[in-house]
Amino acid sequence: MRQFLVLLCLAAPALQAQSTGSAAAPARSPSGPGSGALSQPNADPFPSTYKAPTARAVLITNATILTAAGPQIDRGFVLMRDGKIVSVGSGAAPAAGDAEVIDANGRYVTPGLIDTHSHMGAGSAPGGQALSDINEATAPTTAHVWVEHSVWPQDAQFPRVLAGGVTTLQILPGSANLIGGRSVVLKVVPSTSVQGMKFPGAKYGLKMACGENPKRVYAARGPSTRMGNVAGYRTAWIQAEAYRRRWDKWLGDRSGDPPARDLALETLADVLRGNILVQNHCYRADEMLQMVDIAKEFGYQIRSFHHGVEAYKLADVMARENISGSLWSDWGGFKMEAIDGIRANLALVHNAGARAIVHSDDASGAQRLNQDASKARAAGAAIGITIDDATLIKWVTLNPAWAMDLDSRIGSLEAGKNADVVLWSANPFSVYARPDRVWIDGAPRLDRSDPRQAWRTDFELGYVPAASTQAGGRR
Amino acid sequence: MRTPKLTALALLAVIGASSLQAQETVAITGGTIYPVSGPRIENGTIVLTNGVITAMGANVAIPAGARRVDAAGKWVTPGLVAPVSSLGVVEVGAVTDTRDASSRSTNGIAAAFRVWDAINPNAMSLPVARQDGGITTVGVMPSGGFVAGMGAVIDLRQGVMVDAMLRKSPAVMVATLDNAAAAQAGSRAEALAKLRTLLRDAREFNLGRVRYDAGNMRELSASRADLEAMQLVLRGTIPLVVNADRASEILNVIALGKEFGIRVVINSGAEAWQVGAQLAAAKVPVMTGAMNNIPDGFSSLGQRQENLGLLRAAGVQVAIVGNGAGGEDNFNIRNLRYEAGNAVAYGMTWDDALRAITLSPAEILGVSDRVGSLAVGKAANVVVWSGDPFEYATQPLHVFVAGSDAKVMTRQEMLTQRYRTLPVKY
Repeated sequence: MRQFLVLLCLAAPALQAQSTGSAAAPARSPSGPGSGALSQPNADPFPSTYKAPTARAVLITNATILTAAGPQIDRGFVLMRDGKIVSVGSGAAPAAGDAEVIDANGRYVTPGLIDTHSHMGAGSAPGGQALSDINEATAPTTAHVWVEHSVWPQDAQFPRVLAGGVTTLQILPGSANLIGGRSVVLKVVPSTSVQGMKFPGAKYGLKMACGENPKRVYAARGPSTRMGNVAGYRTAWIQAEAYRRRWDKWLGDRSGDPPARDLALETLADVLRGNILVQNHCYRADEMLQMVDIAKEFGYQIRSFHHGVEAYKLADVMARENISGSLWSDWGGFKMEAIDGIRANLALVHNAGARAIVHSDDASGAQRLNQDASKARAAGAAIGITIDDATLIKWVTLNPAWAMDLDSRIGSLEAGKNADVVLWSANPFSVYARPDRVWIDGAPRLDRSDPRQAWRTDFELGYVPAASTQAGGRR
Repeated sequence: MRTPKLTALALLAVIGASSLQAQETVAITGGTIYPVSGPRIENGTIVLTNGVITAMGANVAIPAGARRVDAAGKWVTPGLVAPVSSLGVVEVGAVTDTRDASSRSTNGIAAAFRVWDAINPNAMSLPVARQDGGITTVGVMPSGGFVAGMGAVIDLRQGVMVDAMLRKSPAVMVATLDNAAAAQAGSRAEALAKLRTLLRDAREFNLGRVRYDAGNMRELSASRADLEAMQLVLRGTIPLVVNADRASEILNVIALGKEFGIRVVINSGAEAWQVGAQLAAAKVPVMTGAMNNIPDGFSSLGQRQENLGLLRAAGVQVAIVGNGAGGEDNFNIRNLRYEAGNAVAYGMTWDDALRAITLSPAEILGVSDRVGSLAVGKAANVVVWSGDPFEYATQPLHVFVAGSDAKVMTRQEMLTQRYRTLPVKY
């Protein structure tokens, strides 16, 4: 991908302005056309309005810390202030001034968990057609849709995954389509708008899907076969490459009328520019290997294979091509392309040197990513692959952060990173562990000892007994 | 059209020296035994003879010639009992030809449907459930429609035909309320009315067989075969398992049971915790999961993970259904024990949780005389675990069904072995 871009830049020096991101929207008078009149790389017409609430500094002491950035720290401390991690270490805690001091008493502290694969808000509780906004299943290629326009912030599933220690979610369009549209990265926080949940500065993703789903959904009009699927991807990328060239040329020389803007091709062009990350739903190894070739043919990078129940069959290739695996611990069997699911999948992918990620695709599973990781580790242990807690935590924190190109900002407890932190009641890889407290950007978002503060969505008011959403219960 | 014959044959290649039929004596020694029906036994011994538990205790003489299984430092429990599954009747969910859990009835009533007639003893998930999950007994349940039919209980024995696996058939009758569409009704109330009509018609049919055969009876709401099958419910031979979630609908089911003098069991029961006292008073058991807390329908707005613990606290008999950790009730029924662990995390006692995946489901399904607890005279369905069975790090080391702990290489293990080292060598 990088090499391909470099070659393009050499051939057309005018493009370099684009690749360094300096192509600001042209100045317009307030009454003139908005920036949307033009196809801009990295356009941001629905900008994040998220702001972390001001919060008191927090010092957690006497904690067992899985930082996702190094070995386990026993009897350690974490200091967070102004939304960032200030310091993490063992031994004597630093003076923390007016910070709230929490004695973890040996309890575990981890980064906030991250799920690369969710449909929350797009497929909201309580379900039914009225809240079914995941698949724009009207054409096999719908690169023009953005899933954030489906997200209902009042989906009662959001507070439940927060109570599972999840602080960041990637919401994806469904897998009915070959190219399903843009993903969006959200912080798990209450908000009136989806913009208020959007992770500031996060890249978009592009959902692509292999195999049975598209060919089943479009059996009547096509594609109805896997070869039809592949022809569909390639056709779309050919159009996208032409569009990208056309627009990059115009953005470079501003000569004549701008080309016509096309929502779908604009998204695909930004994939080719490296601005949007490909998140590829794919089950079978042979199909994943074909997707790798398609990515090379058109010069983009697949950031993560999602579901990938056969990832263990090409784990070496994933490691070589720097493709992560967003996987379940043990789902399988529900359709032909899933019958080769094995519990050692994640462990084998990890063992081959590729990034293993526990994903959910499910609002119930998303509440227990830590448990799924633990289950997958046990399967590895059964075949001689040993993974310690300090490494395992990366499967639900740093590795998913990487899959969204956010690993420099979240996913580990290191000075300067966002203070997304979970304090667990026990070792998070125990079935009995539950998050006691959760912070996002240093702001307290969950305290299980105080159910009155539990986040209740608008939908839940009146409809859902308060008791059933209490994060409280027994410790 | 499926051609897994080679795989099926390979499955029969037994690993290890144990015989399939367990004509042997085994002594499991030194483990911590959780009999469920009695107090924990430290450093205990269990003797299995010809498929039956013949001795158990802290001071048990080991018969000469017994094969010894050292369980020192290990946990020993009854084989787990999964009350609701589609094991053996659904192989690949999306492949119609492998789905045998439902009937195509015209009016949603299929009481005479016997789901066990289609159980495939070579189903890939059977040894997985046993060897990964420590599950030795499962309820195989019909699904779909309004009165879905009759379910059975099987032991997960390896290498035998279905007749040798069947422990009880029929074990239950399954119906769905709280869902007008399933009942082909216009409302929840009409669905309930249809079920009440079916029970009345079945009773009338039974009292007037001569008139029925002579054609002198008004038209009844179900076929003769279905009316006949419903007699098992009316006589109390088998319970009526009703899928219902809303608290008010659960109360309707309790009332239905009283009205007809039949045994009812609630399955799913999302809001059962709201009517725990009524369920306890009516002695109506509940089968539900421990990992559901999403208000995923207007019948389950009150769904919460504390459900099981609260029901136990109210004195309700509960069994845990494995349905929260991957959806599939065949491929991943092995995860039942983690469901129990989550129940504990949400307020159930550990002992209650173990009972809810062993003796309680056995009682609800009517097979507790032989399975679900460890006691002399019971079937030798025993699991030796490396630790706490609810924990992810724990593995079942020996799973005895009818006295045999023979293991097979599962299809998943074959795939794992094949791809353990890449590049693959076919």
